[in-house]
Amino acid sequence: MSYRKTKIKNSIDWLTVIIYLILVIAGWFSIYAATYNYDQMNILDLSGRAGMQMIWILSSFIIGLALLLIESDWYDIFAFWIYLLIIALLIITIFVAPDIKGSRSWLVMGPIRIQPAEFAKFATALIVAKVMGDYHFKITKVQNLFTVLGFIFLPIALILLQKETGSALVFVAFALVMYREGMPGVVLFSGSFAVLLFVLAVRYSTEIWNATPAGEFLGLILILFFTIGLLYNYPKVRRNVPYILYVILGVCAVAGIISIFVSFNWCWVILLLLAFTILFFFFLFIKFRASTYLWIIFFAITSVGFLYSVDYVFDNLLEQHQKTRIEVTLGIIDDPSGAGYNVNQSKIAIGSGGLSGKGYMNGTQTKLKYVPEQDTDFIFCTIGEEKGFIGSVSVLVLFLILIIRLILLAERQRSAFRRIYGYAVASIFFVHLAVNIGMVIGITPVIGIPLPFFSYGGSSLWAFTILLFVFLRLDASRGDRL
Amino acid sequence: MKTTYFNPDRRKTVLIAIVCVVVLIYIIQLFRLQVLNPNYKVWADNNAFFPKTLYPSRGVMSDRNGKLLVYNQPAYDVMVIMRETQEFDTLSFCRAVDISIERFRKRLDEIKDKRNNPGYSSYIPQNFLTQLSNRQYGILQESIYKFPGFYIQNRTIREYSFPYAAHVLGYIAAADKQNIADDEYYQRGDLVGKTGVERSYEKQLRGQKGVEVLLRNAHGHIKGKYENGMHDVAPISGKDLTLSIDIDLQKYGEELMQNKLGAIIAIEPKTGEILCMISSPTYDPSSLVGRQFVESFFKLAEDPYKPLLNRSLSGTYPPGSVFKTTQGLTFLQENIITTHTAYTCFYGWPLGNGRPGCHGHASPLTLTGAIGNSCNSYFFWGLKAMLENKKYGSMRAAMDKWRDYMVAQGFGYPLGVDLPGEKRGLIPNGEYYSKKGRWNAFSVISIAIGQGEVTLSPIQICNLAATIANRGYFYTPHVVKKIQDASLDSIYLQPRSTGIDPVHYETIVEGMRWAVNGPGGTCHGANIPDIMVCGKTGTAQNSSGRNHSIFMAFAPMDNPQIALMAFVENGGYGATNAVPICRLMIQKYLKGEIPASDQWLEDRIKNTVILRNVIQKN
Repeated sequence: MSYRKTKIKNSIDWLTVIIYLILVIAGWFSIYAATYNYDQMNILDLSGRAGMQMIWILSSFIIGLALLLIESDWYDIFAFWIYLLIIALLIITIFVAPDIKGSRSWLVMGPIRIQPAEFAKFATALIVAKVMGDYHFKITKVQNLFTVLGFIFLPIALILLQKETGSALVFVAFALVMYREGMPGVVLFSGSFAVLLFVLAVRYSTEIWNATPAGEFLGLILILFFTIGLLYNYPKVRRNVPYILYVILGVCAVAGIISIFVSFNWCWVILLLLAFTILFFFFLFIKFRASTYLWIIFFAITSVGFLYSVDYVFDNLLEQHQKTRIEVTLGIIDDPSGAGYNVNQSKIAIGSGGLSGKGYMNGTQTKLKYVPEQDTDFIFCTIGEEKGFIGSVSVLVLFLILIIRLILLAERQRSAFRRIYGYAVASIFFVHLAVNIGMVIGITPVIGIPLPFFSYGGSSLWAFTILLFVFLRLDASRGDRL
Repeated sequence: MKTTYFNPDRRKTVLIAIVCVVVLIYIIQLFRLQVLNPNYKVWADNNAFFPKTLYPSRGVMSDRNGKLLVYNQPAYDVMVIMRETQEFDTLSFCRAVDISIERFRKRLDEIKDKRNNPGYSSYIPQNFLTQLSNRQYGILQESIYKFPGFYIQNRTIREYSFPYAAHVLGYIAAADKQNIADDEYYQRGDLVGKTGVERSYEKQLRGQKGVEVLLRNAHGHIKGKYENGMHDVAPISGKDLTLSIDIDLQKYGEELMQNKLGAIIAIEPKTGEILCMISSPTYDPSSLVGRQFVESFFKLAEDPYKPLLNRSLSGTYPPGSVFKTTQGLTFLQENIITTHTAYTCFYGWPLGNGRPGCHGHASPLTLTGAIGNSCNSYFFWGLKAMLENKKYGSMRAAMDKWRDYMVAQGFGYPLGVDLPGEKRGLIPNGEYYSKKGRWNAFSVISIAIGQGEVTLSPIQICNLAATIANRGYFYTPHVVKKIQDASLDSIYLQPRSTGIDPVHYETIVEGMRWAVNGPGGTCHGANIPDIMVCGKTGTAQNSSGRNHSIFMAFAPMDNPQIALMAFVENGGYGATNAVPICRLMIQKYLKGEIPASDQWLEDRIKNTVILRNVIQKN
């Protein structure tokens, strides 16, 4: 082991630091605009939220600076203890936290309130990097896999107990990290496929075309084509695909002619075709003795099973407000004054900004408090309204550059620990960005998580600063230790 | 190093691709929201901006002598913005404004019904109740904060100094669907002139509404003016009008006409200004103000004597003998007769169907005497001579020529009085008769004495008197003398000539003077010792029973100050009622008072009741 001390000033990634500073300062101006009160025209009123956020920002700078001065090895060494400390805090929080807007995630100490869940992301990122970065770790080994999943699911469970569903959802980010570190791609694919099936089934669950339930029909068609698509992936049997398609077309033609005279449920036709395809795969399995075909059959059958259980999941496992939010996003219920109020007003705010926005401090939607939570989860509205399309795209692009930069930085690390931690940081930022802005512009359901560096709040700003600057510190000394 | 069973570089690329795709989707969605869809801007404005209408004060009206007739008084409307309403104590609201809960609910339903209220939007203030009383205003003002979504809008409504001249002044009422559809200036609940001067001078009287753009937050609280009132528009007050009406003469005329149906109109011949316009029965204009409007209106609308009808303009009647003056003028101008032409009459005309009769008088007569004695036969001979004259080529051409003379004298079309509802009357031409079948001079002859097909409106008869007084021209009659800061429409400032030689008018004037004081004159009742009155009676046969009593006159004979007509439905001979009415009106206008010697006449007229039996509805 050799130590080669480098000056942090020279080795730190200044691009990331500059983007961080721009985002944080833009965030402060957004909060100032969002909380600006017509009644009190005092520009520098530090008792308000803008003033408080200024304190959070300055303290974050100090934290960031301090983190850069800490030895980079410490994180590797103390990862487990940090994790343990946060888990302890999460547990304590469950018992002592007061109920604030239905969530029990705040530790209140006098005038200061912190949300341990925000710091849990950092701690989990460290421990995941530590565990997966171990030389003997192999994600394909069941024991190793379960260890890392255990470290991830423990904070998720504790955060769920605090009724902070949004914060728990952020841990999906680790799936991306695990994908980078060798988790089979099929897991990511299956997950996305399941979401797609879910959306289709829920969106069209109430529609019936003639005698055919639309959601079920579309889901089955999707499964059928993906199953055949998987077959197409294997060059050896690709030549069989046209035959299957001929059979499908033939059956559909016959069914189509019949349907002119009798209306019937087309799902049976698709199920019949699926069964035929599965039988054909089974025949191929016997012929070639390749387990791939069994996996494809498994995929098809599981998918059908999942499709038919969506309704059950939706109706029984989700809470009413979650169901409502999903239904609003999918456009099943249109209730701009009730369930859809937030998103509707948020879209109005953003949409009314036009190309270049109404100008700083001129946003009527935000000034007049039409968007609830406009300084926290819905802070992006202020940018959309006052800075328009140009401003909002600029923010998105800045985040995009930041995330890609983090990925590239992670890739240049020489130790697995640092690379995995870097990916964790990039993934967490990405999930926050995707969920928060997706919600504000009406693409994803309303899930209350903050937009990094923009949303008001000390805990989240501190947590994101720590997350980022620890990685910058690790990156700055990437050459120190080989 | 670990051996990898996957390609890390490819995985990195996939992850970067995922991030890029998500950001791209979001940029596309932002583009849709912010650049492609213009509606969000509108919705945001609807959220934030509360345009408060500022109502201008409506122009006031005074009479020709400067007496204030119509002015404004404050009124209070209750407005509601539906999207801001929340649960509240409906009962106490209803108590404050004196309505029942059922009416409250019904009113809300009416407002929300897009069929009846096409401009409805839950963002836009809707008129909930109009014209609160001062007491209700006081009560509601104190508790309005308890009723979110409701607020009080200050308005002005009309106040009248005199209970007269309702038909001239007209009334204002809430704009109906048609008003709103025709002119986008109006919103539901706005007041608009419906009849009379209020309607014909609506654009001048109403002024221009202003607007105050206020900011409203999510809870409906007003947060001050948008950009310090930069976008506010101050209201512009309506223009004040000076009417040509003499309210004292109007009042006197209405008193004379009480318990009678008919009209009195007086015009200043030199200017065409209408001095008074009485249509009887009439009503108190202040009964159509405020919340009693609906009740009063329906009572008036259902009254069988039709008090809402302005008979001066909207009634058309056979003019009877007053029409003979127009015939004399036409025959003279066309050289059918001369001032020396005399026709015989023996209690009637020997030709024609049913031998149209005449009353006893000296015979034969020249035109002056025929006017003075109102001889029917003279004008039958005259019209026959005109229609059968070869110089026109055909009888139909002669008839058209005749019609042209009538039109030039102001008949057959609306005169263009500055009041709504003027009827054109009927002057037949050759084609009119030809369509009905075969005709000749005998079958149409009764038009020569103002019977048959001919009908005129009272204002046209009065205008005839003014034209004769002016010896051949008239100004389009009008009731508005002056508009504040603006000039009258040019049609009221230019004389219109009849195209008949003023010399011929002198003949007619002499005849009308004869009628008042000559031998056998038909209207000696109009002979005032110190005023040279010229007049012509009319007695129009009609289907509703007793003859209509008509008289037109002007005075003094030289330099006429007033031309007038009186018309009493079923009033018998012209001399019976219309003549004494004009006698009193002339004295009232020219002397300012009625001499003691005529006091009995005034009492007699005021106490005369001529109301035909009508079938009462319900």
